[in-house]
Amino acid sequence: MAVTLVPSMIVGPLATGLGLLCLRPDYWRRVLVVAGALLVVVGSLLLAHWPANGGMAAALGPGHWINAVMLASEFILALALARVGWRAGRPLVVGLALAQAALMGWFEWRFGKELSVVQNLFVDKFSVIMGLINGVVGGGICLYALAYMREYHEAHHREAADRRPLFFALLFIFMGAMFGVIFANNLIWLYFFWEVTTVCSFLLIGYRGDALSRRNALQALTMNLAGGLCFALGIVWLHHTTRSVELQTLLRSHESALLIPAALFCLAGLTKSAQLPFCGWLLGAMVAPTPVSALLHSSAMVKAGVYLVLRLAPVLNGSAVGLGVALVGAVTFLYGSLAAIRVNDAKKVLAYSTVANLGLIVLCGGLGTAEALWAGLLLIVFHAVAKCLLFLCVGVVEHRLHTRDIEAMSGLILNMPRVAVLMLVGMAGMFLAPFGMLISKWAVLKAVVDVYPMLTVFLVFGSAATLFFWVKWMGKLLEVVHPPEPAEKGIRSGQWLALYSLAGLTFLTCLFFPFISLRFIEPYVVDLYGRTATMGIGNYIIMTIMMLLVTLFPLSFLNYGRNVKVMDPYLGGANLAGHAAYRGWTGRTREVALCNYQMVLLVDEDRLTHWSTVVGVALLVTIALVACL
Amino acid sequence: MSPWVRLLIYLVAAPLVGGLLAGLDRIISARMQARRGPPLLQPFYDVCKLWRKETIVVRRSQNFYILFFLLLMVFTGGLFFAGADLLLVIFALTLAAIFLVLGACKASSPYSFLGAQRELIQMMAYEPMVLITAIGMYMATGSFYAHEIAAHPRPLVLMLPGVFLGFIYALEIKFRKSPFDLSCSHHAHQELVRGITTEFSGRALAMIEVAHWYENVLLLGWLYLFFAAWPWLGLAGTALVFLFVILVDNVFARLKWQAALRSAWAVALVLGFGNILALSLIL
Repeated sequence: MAVTLVPSMIVGPLATGLGLLCLRPDYWRRVLVVAGALLVVVGSLLLAHWPANGGMAAALGPGHWINAVMLASEFILALALARVGWRAGRPLVVGLALAQAALMGWFEWRFGKELSVVQNLFVDKFSVIMGLINGVVGGGICLYALAYMREYHEAHHREAADRRPLFFALLFIFMGAMFGVIFANNLIWLYFFWEVTTVCSFLLIGYRGDALSRRNALQALTMNLAGGLCFALGIVWLHHTTRSVELQTLLRSHESALLIPAALFCLAGLTKSAQLPFCGWLLGAMVAPTPVSALLHSSAMVKAGVYLVLRLAPVLNGSAVGLGVALVGAVTFLYGSLAAIRVNDAKKVLAYSTVANLGLIVLCGGLGTAEALWAGLLLIVFHAVAKCLLFLCVGVVEHRLHTRDIEAMSGLILNMPRVAVLMLVGMAGMFLAPFGMLISKWAVLKAVVDVYPMLTVFLVFGSAATLFFWVKWMGKLLEVVHPPEPAEKGIRSGQWLALYSLAGLTFLTCLFFPFISLRFIEPYVVDLYGRTATMGIGNYIIMTIMMLLVTLFPLSFLNYGRNVKVMDPYLGGANLAGHAAYRGWTGRTREVALCNYQMVLLVDEDRLTHWSTVVGVALLVTIALVACL
Repeated sequence: MSPWVRLLIYLVAAPLVGGLLAGLDRIISARMQARRGPPLLQPFYDVCKLWRKETIVVRRSQNFYILFFLLLMVFTGGLFFAGADLLLVIFALTLAAIFLVLGACKASSPYSFLGAQRELIQMMAYEPMVLITAIGMYMATGSFYAHEIAAHPRPLVLMLPGVFLGFIYALEIKFRKSPFDLSCSHHAHQELVRGITTEFSGRALAMIEVAHWYENVLLLGWLYLFFAAWPWLGLAGTALVFLFVILVDNVFARLKWQAALRSAWAVALVLGFGNILALSLIL
């Protein structure tokens, strides 16, 4: 079963995507999307029962025609992208696309005959975890997107051309390609799927078709094509040193000569996971419809980048290149956390927080110790679920309030109580003890202290900033000044299903994370290092007690309104009707408005971005120099 | 002593010690201002009186947050005195503090909301230094566990002088004493400085007060860890720092939040992180 399951996880969504492209009727598209999403979820759950760790390979034979199809598609994609770049007047896009195609074409022509790949696909616990995230979270996003995109075109963005067949086709192709990235062992295959995710993200970011979307999509394309070129160079270099194009060859050997291809792959991973200096594209990707943002930020795309970096952890362990990569991650974490304080756009806050958390994961990959790898894998799991939930909530709120401004979410707890509570769960999942991200951050801190104590400085300041912007947002949701105006009607069952199941997952992954760790993460880490990190049974118990304490909190609402006397707030004047206004000492009537601190004086987004980019470029140059020496 | 005994002693003794310290604080402050001051047991009288008052709220759910603030604060202190992982203690402390902040936000009055925001700024200001303290103690002793750190044969203050000074700075903020009483001053001279507690009354205010007693004992216990190898010196050092904090409270004017944040981060970076860097070079 397993031998056919893995290829069908890749081919299935790709075929569904192509089917959706041809299917015009609205009703049948919905049926196909629901069926496809369910199949992906079921398939990835089946994968979780994969018995062995490591060794099992889906032997596909030499598969010449598949290689030929991939090569041909690569050329077609490259030419199409070059045309896009030419039309948009972006010589860099043209150059990068053609350079990649030329490099891979030359490589296939020169060495294609003598390449012998033993395992084209490979499954171990790490790829199973990634598969689960991609399948379950991605499937949820597809369900959510059905209703969201209908509202998007019918009510909110009438000016945008309705290209929903393309949209859903791309979602599924994206997922299929992501499965390909996760399960490929043949690097040429991995490269092909890598490029497909780049193209899909380009098309999805530019979906709305206005000038801003097109510009941001091109920016994403440029950066990811640069990463793709690094990837191609890495393949050629690896083949030059080892005569092999298999990922496992790179991971299982400990030659220092392999650091250069590893560094090139890392560079590709850094572009895709939006690390400094490449984080611009992910922040620009906000213009896309919310399901796309959720997909890019939580389950696919950026996770492909960190997947590659974490894969390379054993190679990076203890090397100067590893330290460089870890530094990039640490600086990105600090930058993302600080920048998120300053912004008010909900999606932008989420985007910065993604950049920051990916920085943490990259930091783990760069350290490459068993403890760091354990922490990094946990981070991937928790981040995917909670971040997806938050994006989907923001999408719902945006369609009801017609704004993404956090300041406009005042009173959301009464206006949209269910969504607000789900959002609070997501935020708690992102930064609060005893939820998942905090457990992982703790693990990261411990992993870092033992290897490079000086890197802790980025972590301690970054996490203080994280705390500030999340609690600020939580407080905004809870605070109520004006009488409630219910706005929760019209959210469809598919959306509720996605939101509730993600919130449930956020909670359950935290409660059962010892099992996740025991079943999936520890076997993988033990397999690589012969030992693993855990948290200590006492700490598990303490975390569980804390979890129970926090879950008791909603119970206190049973006592809601009993034995209390309700009064108007103190406003420093004479309260007027509805206590949303008061008459001050000058006799003038003033409205009450509560606003968050923005720290305008301390943090300037543009200057911060500028200097962080400078630091990022400097670090990359250093990594390149160190790898070559 | 077994961890359970320590836990039990903490649960019972912390509010007593915390209340007495609060009373002592008021007497010493009064003497510094050439006043006579209230009796030593005044904080207990206050809390008892508050407990019997009617519960008045602006939002019906606001007091639930305060209940959990108290519960989690007790839990945090319990973790510390039972000898748990310091990082876990910090995270639990943060969780407790967040409940207070959310409660004040929920109350939805401009003054409590502003106080909550300022409290957040203060949390952001002291958090790095507190984390650095835990990291420094780990580097010096090889353990994050409070009971193992306490059993270390040499006084940590010798290895961590910078971290020690930085921690005192963080304590000033954590105690909400001047110059860092932005979010909630102990002196009720304007509504703005009552900040975070503006809309809490009766039992909720009593719970906030008791939570602060627990918190102060926890923080002084942490301070004691720096001298744990010599218990008598430890007690004396902790008492001296406590007096010093009161002195500073009476001598300094309130800082603006920008200055508070900048200076706290600068102290954490220079004293705290500098100490850690030096330690990592030596070890």
